[in-house]
Parts: sequence; C-alpha cells; structure tokens
Amino acid sequence: MNWISNYVRPRINSIFSRREVPENLWSKCDECGTMLFHRELSNNLNVCTNCGHHMYISPRDRFAALFDGGIFTEVEVPEPTADPLHFRDQKRYPDRMKASQKNTGEKDAMLVGEGEIGRTPIVAAAQDFSFMGGSMSMYVGNAIIAAAERAVMKKCPLILFSAAGGARMQEGILALMQMPRTTIAVEMLKEAGLPYIVVLTHPTTGGVTASYAMLGDVHIAEPNALICFAGPRVIEQTIREKLPEGFQRAEYLLDHGMLDRVTPRTDMRDELITIARMLLGLGTVISGELPAPEAEAAPTKDAKE
Amino acid sequence: MTNYLEFEKPLAEIEGKAEELRALARANEGTDVEKEASALDKKAAEMLVQLYGDLTPWRKCQVARHPDRPHCKDYIDALFTQYTPLAGDRNFADDHAVMGGLARLDGTPVMVIGHEKGHDTKTRIERNFGMARPEGYRKAIRLMDMADRFGLPVVTLVDTPGAYPGKGAEERGQSEAIARSTQMCLSIKVPLVSVIIGEGGSGGAVAFATANRVAMLEHSIYSVISPEGCASILWKDAEKMREAAEALRLTAQNLKELGVCDRIIKEPVGGAHRHKAESIAAVGKAIQIMLAEMQGNSGVEMRDARRKKYLGLGSRGLAA
Ligand SMILES: [Zn+2]
Repeated sequence: MNWISNYVRPRINSIFSRREVPENLWSKCDECGTMLFHRELSNNLNVCTNCGHHMYISPRDRFAALFDGGIFTEVEVPEPTADPLHFRDQKRYPDRMKASQKNTGEKDAMLVGEGEIGRTPIVAAAQDFSFMGGSMSMYVGNAIIAAAERAVMKKCPLILFSAAGGARMQEGILALMQMPRTTIAVEMLKEAGLPYIVVLTHPTTGGVTASYAMLGDVHIAEPNALICFAGPRVIEQTIREKLPEGFQRAEYLLDHGMLDRVTPRTDMRDELITIARMLLGLGTVISGELPAPEAEAAPTKDAKE
Repeated sequence: MTNYLEFEKPLAEIEGKAEELRALARANEGTDVEKEASALDKKAAEMLVQLYGDLTPWRKCQVARHPDRPHCKDYIDALFTQYTPLAGDRNFADDHAVMGGLARLDGTPVMVIGHEKGHDTKTRIERNFGMARPEGYRKAIRLMDMADRFGLPVVTLVDTPGAYPGKGAEERGQSEAIARSTQMCLSIKVPLVSVIIGEGGSGGAVAFATANRVAMLEHSIYSVISPEGCASILWKDAEKMREAAEALRLTAQNLKELGVCDRIIKEPVGGAHRHKAESIAAVGKAIQIMLAEMQGNSGVEMRDARRKKYLGLGSRGLAA
C-alpha cells in the first residue's frame, strides 16, 4: 500500500483490515460471499456488485459521493461535556470513546457537511454506525441542531442519513434527552419552511427512530435496512413467536406506510437532487456526474480532502 | 397484606414477628405481649427509616416498580374532579395502557394524560403493564392538540417500563407515534407539567414527559434503558443490574443534578406504597405549584421556554 491510497481512502482501508482480508485488496460480501475487489466495491458505494447487498459506508465516503465533485465543508459541532455521568461498565466510557475515535478518525457518531448536490445547496448529516454503534449522544444531538441551524441560516434543505443502535447508554438520561432536542431541530426546519429529508440506513433503531429519523418530510430507506423501535430479538422474547420474513426491513416498512421510498444507494444522489429541487420549487438539473462547483461558489474555508 | 421487596426481608421478619405475637395474644386470652410487640414495632420503624433513608439506585428501581405504589388511576381519582375519559386515536384502537381525558384540578379544567399499569393480574393485562402501543401515543397526541386549541393546561403522569415491544406495535409505527408525541409536547402553547410517579422508561416516557416542568417522586426513576437491559448489553450479564442502575444515574436525585428533573416530591418514610394518600396529596400540591409558576406567561413564551430548556441539555454533566 502506498501513501496515496492510504491518504485517499483511509476509512475503506480500515474496514478491510478489520475484516482481516489479506493485503486489503478484497472484501467478502456478508450476504452472498462473493469476493469483491476493493476499488470496484468502493466505486459502487460499498454495494455488492453481485447481489446488491448494502454494506457499511462511512459518512465521509458517503459525502464524497453525494456532494458535487465530492466537495463539502464540514459544519462545526459544539463540543458537549465529556463523560457527563462518569460512566463505567467493564470499561470506562472515555476509554471506549478514545478507541472509537482512533478507529474511525472521527470525533463522534455524526458528521455534518454543507455543499451542493446537483448545484442545489444543502446541509447533510450522516450518522456513523462504526462509532459506538452510531449511538445518539449529546454530540450527535449537537450535530443535528448545528445542521438544522446551518440549513435555516442558508435557507436550504437538510438531508440526514440515520444509522444507530439507539441512544448511547453511557450518557444515560442525557442521551435520552436528545430525542426532544433533535425534535426541536426538526421544528426549526419546519418553521422555516425548509425540506427535511431522512435517508434511513442499516440499522436505524430505538430512540433515533423514535425521534428525528421518523419526522422527515420525506423518508427514503436503503434496501433491506433494519428500521425499528424495539429490535427483533426483544420482540421475539416478548411475544414468544417467530417473526415473519423481512420483518422491520425497509421494504416491510414501505408496505406498512412508514416510508415513502426504498432506493438503492447508487441511485440515491440523483433522487435526492430531484426531490429537493421540486420541494424548493427549482428547475430540473442535468443529472449525472457534475464537476466541482466553480471557484467562487465552492466552499474554500475549512474544506476537507 | 404488605408486599415486601427483597431488601425489606429483615423488616418483614420483625413485622411478622410482631404480628405473630399479637395473633397469639388474641388466641390466648390473658397473654400480654404488647410490650414485646411494641418493642418490635419500634425496631421496625427504625429499620424503615434507615432502609429508606439510603436507598441504592437498584433499590429505588424496585420501589419505583412496587406493585402497591399508587398508579395513574389512583392519582386521577384522588386529585381531579369530573374526570371524563376521552378514548381512542381515531385511527385504530383505544390503548388502555394510556389514560387520558378532561378533568378539573381544583376547579380548573385541564387535560390529564398518563400511563396506567394496573393493580392486579386482570387489570395489569388489560393495561398491558403500562406499556403503550402506537394508539396510546396517538391518543395522547390528539388530546394534547385539543388542549392546545382550547387553552387547557396539560398534566402528564409518567409510569411505564417502556413502549410495548410487539409485532403489531412495530407495524403500526411505534417509533413514529413516539416521535410525534414528543413533537406535540414541544409544540403546544399551553402549560405542560409532568410527574414521573414510578418508572420513566426510555422513549415511552419522553413522549409524555417533554414538559415545561418535570417533577419526580423521591423514589421514582427515569432512564434511557432498564438496568437489566443495560447490564445484559454492557456487562453481558443481566444479573449486573445493580451496577448498571448505579452507572445510569437514573434516580430523581441524579436527574435533578443533571437538569432533567426540576423538582423532587418527597415520599413518606417507607415509600409511596406505604402511605398512598399522603403521596398522592404531595403530587397534587407539586402540580399546583408548577402550574402556578407559569401563570401569566403567554402561550408562545411557554412553548419557547420548553424548547429552550431541552436545547440546554447538550452541555450538562455531573460535577467532577
Ligand atoms: Zn453480495
């Protein structure tokens, strides 16, 4: 591995090394078992080219594929109190945080960026399942509020990609309080008359689903994403019966009226552009690959990668 | 008959002994046991003070879930007049885990909403142990919206292990119902006060307790997850619930420090289940005080104050 590939795709590489694939070149699809060449897989946004299974994608890689020319500016998130409860289970919470930060290279489980998609200014927030299960912490709450405030300031839509196992237990009640906090963020957008589009990715569960992830103007899910309040295991233990095939998966929720659409990741960008522009009353835009925004329009300050 | 908790076993033994002595005296005329029995009573009373003066978080969980603890229905019956239940979500069903309707509090019309757990096997099943389904949250949404339009203060009584984890509940949008209920709490332009009377179980509690003022009974709890659930995930051992209860900081005292709870309502020695009427009266008084604190505020001010309060919960923490 040379330094350039390491620089360009650090996160992808770290996934590969965690799965212990020799030489970081191949990855096995967890669904069909096909060995996929890593460049082919990342070009396809971590969707298996054989069976269409959607694998984990980091917020940064998602943004790189979402924004015009892969260019976005990170929106700063106010730092919350670290370890507010002095929580300790088998490990200290600060140690778990450090390990996750080292592993992902991120501060916490939510990344907020602004830029353009199909020449449409937006703010996007993406939750990172690889950071402590994407769990909703005070930082995540701060990130969503910062994203909503930024969108209101710029008068542009907020597109949020959810992925979480629920609220972060190590922040206890303060994690739970992010349910009302993030709901206020959604209210800010609503009152400003701005679109709030939620893309539910695998998995979106618990308090996250029961707050900002289910309050969008439009709900789009990635195929086969698990979306629920209580997880299937908890339900099986409660009702003592086997659950039907596909229960709580995106297509099942679509059938039960909880989602507007189920859309493959590879088509998501075009669809988001189409929907956002119609909600904003803007004209159509030529879809497909677009170059980076022109110099004066491009965000230059704090631009990442 | 008293239902003793596990940690009250020594107390149960003393009180049992005193009772036995008295029963003996009743059966055998002329036997004087009163002196001995009174001594035992005194010992029991001292033990009760000592036990309840220093409850660990896990013991508080047990007290909060005590089957004899006054429940939502007890509070509604005792504190309100003309309680007129309003049923149904106009969509699917009426959820009996959620009580709600119009009532008068000291003459003033209000909307009261709460989780009801039931008090015996039959009513517990009927009430689904206080675990609401989407219909329950949607009924609450409907009632809060009505209160908003008619300018009635909303009082919520929270006592739930959590939202019901069932197949139908999921299919009918448990998450969406909870999210919309929280959203409604944050939108209404009337006073909203909430009392956690027993268990504040996760999102199922948030949906009712996102209020201008949140009071908690002294031995009630409010948590992101049950200690058992937390223990089985983080300790990989559900038996570590004592440790989890400690770590989660779920007591009224912890929550007051963290800014989530505004007021602690003192319980009589031995807990609300030993002195129901007194506890219910204390809750009634707290509701009155909390509503009075908002008197004169405009609807928009109350809504904005509520939002400001929750926005502020992003930088809290226990003292170092
Ligand atoms: Zn595959």
